[in-house]
Amino acid sequence: MAEAVSETPSAEPGTAEPSRDEVRHEEPRQEADGRGAGRGRLLTALVVLSVTLVVSVLAGIALGPTVVPPADVVHFLWAALTGGGIGADEVTGYSIVWHVRTPRVLLAAVVGAGLAVVGVAIQALVRNALADPFVLGISSGASVGATAVVVFGVFASLGVYALSAAAFLGALGATLLVYLAARGPLGLTPLRLVLTGVALAYGFQALMSVLVFLSPNGQAARTVLFWLLGSLGAASWESLPLVTAAVLVAIVVLLRQSRSLDVLALGDETAASLGVDADALRRGLFLLTAAVTGLIVAVSGAIAFVGLVLPHVVRILVGSTHRRVLAVTPLAGACFMVWVDLVARTAFAPEELPLGVITALIGVPVFITLMRRRGYLFGGR
Amino acid sequence: MVLSLRDLSVEAAGRALVDRLNIDVEAGRIVGLVGPNGSGKSTALRCVYRALRPTSGAVLLDGTDQASLKLRDSARSIAALTQESRTEVDFTVEELVALGRAPHARGNHPLTARERALCRESMERLDVAHLADRSVLTLSGGERQRVLVARALVQEPRVLVLDEPTNHLDVRHQVELLSFLRGSGLTVLTALHDLNLAAAACDRIAVLSAGSLVSTGDPAEVLTPELVRKVFGIDVTVVHHPRTGAPHLIYDLTAAALSALPDAPPEGRHS
Repeated sequence: MAEAVSETPSAEPGTAEPSRDEVRHEEPRQEADGRGAGRGRLLTALVVLSVTLVVSVLAGIALGPTVVPPADVVHFLWAALTGGGIGADEVTGYSIVWHVRTPRVLLAAVVGAGLAVVGVAIQALVRNALADPFVLGISSGASVGATAVVVFGVFASLGVYALSAAAFLGALGATLLVYLAARGPLGLTPLRLVLTGVALAYGFQALMSVLVFLSPNGQAARTVLFWLLGSLGAASWESLPLVTAAVLVAIVVLLRQSRSLDVLALGDETAASLGVDADALRRGLFLLTAAVTGLIVAVSGAIAFVGLVLPHVVRILVGSTHRRVLAVTPLAGACFMVWVDLVARTAFAPEELPLGVITALIGVPVFITLMRRRGYLFGGR
Repeated sequence: MVLSLRDLSVEAAGRALVDRLNIDVEAGRIVGLVGPNGSGKSTALRCVYRALRPTSGAVLLDGTDQASLKLRDSARSIAALTQESRTEVDFTVEELVALGRAPHARGNHPLTARERALCRESMERLDVAHLADRSVLTLSGGERQRVLVARALVQEPRVLVLDEPTNHLDVRHQVELLSFLRGSGLTVLTALHDLNLAAAACDRIAVLSAGSLVSTGDPAEVLTPELVRKVFGIDVTVVHHPRTGAPHLIYDLTAAALSALPDAPPEGRHS
């Protein structure tokens, strides 16, 4: 583990001086003592990220237009969880912590974890490094549903859930269309899936633009755009259970399939020779990712970038085997999204920035830095 | 007989890619599948490692029809080196070799100590242990092929199927790979383009042309100038290795061998 550093390489002169305490993480992988270092790295990553997540969640709850001292946050959370009492003068603080911020921060964590994990699954499914949860047209389908609500007020009877319901139905419809269109005599081949998803996404976007254009309401375009870029402003305790369950199921199912996902990456023929039915696995992955993405988009809009880049960041840190990637990615995604949401609601308070703007602003430089530093090879030399 | 192809046929779009093929491979023997491009070698092999379902006929392993087994179960007995050579994921060599345990391992359970020792041992046998922590994307063609053989060994198969394993390898690596197979004691069915390598490496040779078996037997019996002219459409002279007696084909490129043959099969010209 740490001893691996002693066989210090002479190569990679460009590997910048690692400034943080994670020095050995920056060691080029080729020179590290493979299994030992890899396992140490995985464990370190899991521990560090778990602690970071707890701290991030508490920070996310404490910080905002009104700053609640951390001690009070813990006190209120404890009171809420155990049914303990609070003083009369603490009602406002309690309400902010328990009814407004906690569900929102938890939803951010769930959405971040979900998008990142679905990103891993989709990249394995279509065997393409550039894939993200939205490459299969699911988000644009959801957008059509959401736009219909914003512009024409469909599902008005569902009240505050109209947007989520319409977005989920839109996602489901898009999924079905992509599935049927991509299905060929050879099954769901990766290339057909990507091409179909991309083509249909353009179709859905056009449809959405027409809806906005025809809108009698001038504010519609702005509302739709904001929704498209992602927001957790509508978070409530009620929005949590379903999407949380879906994300947890996805993580467990994918972890159980992690070795098959590794094999799938080697190509269909090789997969067959190693006992993995690539077509059946892809069908399962497709359905799983579509359902989870639909549920996530329904509660948070289409937050770009997380599902594309976090899997890569995690691979750079702990290697490419899916068991590791899938263990670390949810934690990384959750931490990342909690901070993104915090920035979104505090940077220009009381105005909120769309989440997609911040994910890109933070994520792009981080990703490029990591990629350049580690000689990352996903996608070839 | 360990491995038997029985009346194996594969049709696509009404055309027979492989037509009632019968090939037997005895335990510990190496059988080479040769033939022009498009003669059905790869198609037949794909049926053996089950990337393809035959239209009719069967692949038998010790008398058991592989089609009656789950993919995972047949993968415990038959390993393959396919022509699919690229992966976009930068697994380390060690990780890639460990995937050979996929048909044996349960779920995502980590490998047992015995399995890890097996991986280590296979990498040492193929002389790739020093590459264990290298990304597979940085390997040379020869290193890569050795790593894939190591992965196949880790699978602990009864039969190893190889599709053009010497493609893109320099002559040293070709010879190394085939002599490894000869010394390994594995039961091997391999497609080969190079007839001379096939003659030197294989116990038996099966010649395919347009999906059908044209000839099968000892390399010296099979690789005659007549057969090569009939199947590949070129004129050759056959000489024999001074020590092993294996047949060796030599080509006279000044004699315009191709043009002398009006009925050269079009697919055969470039092989």
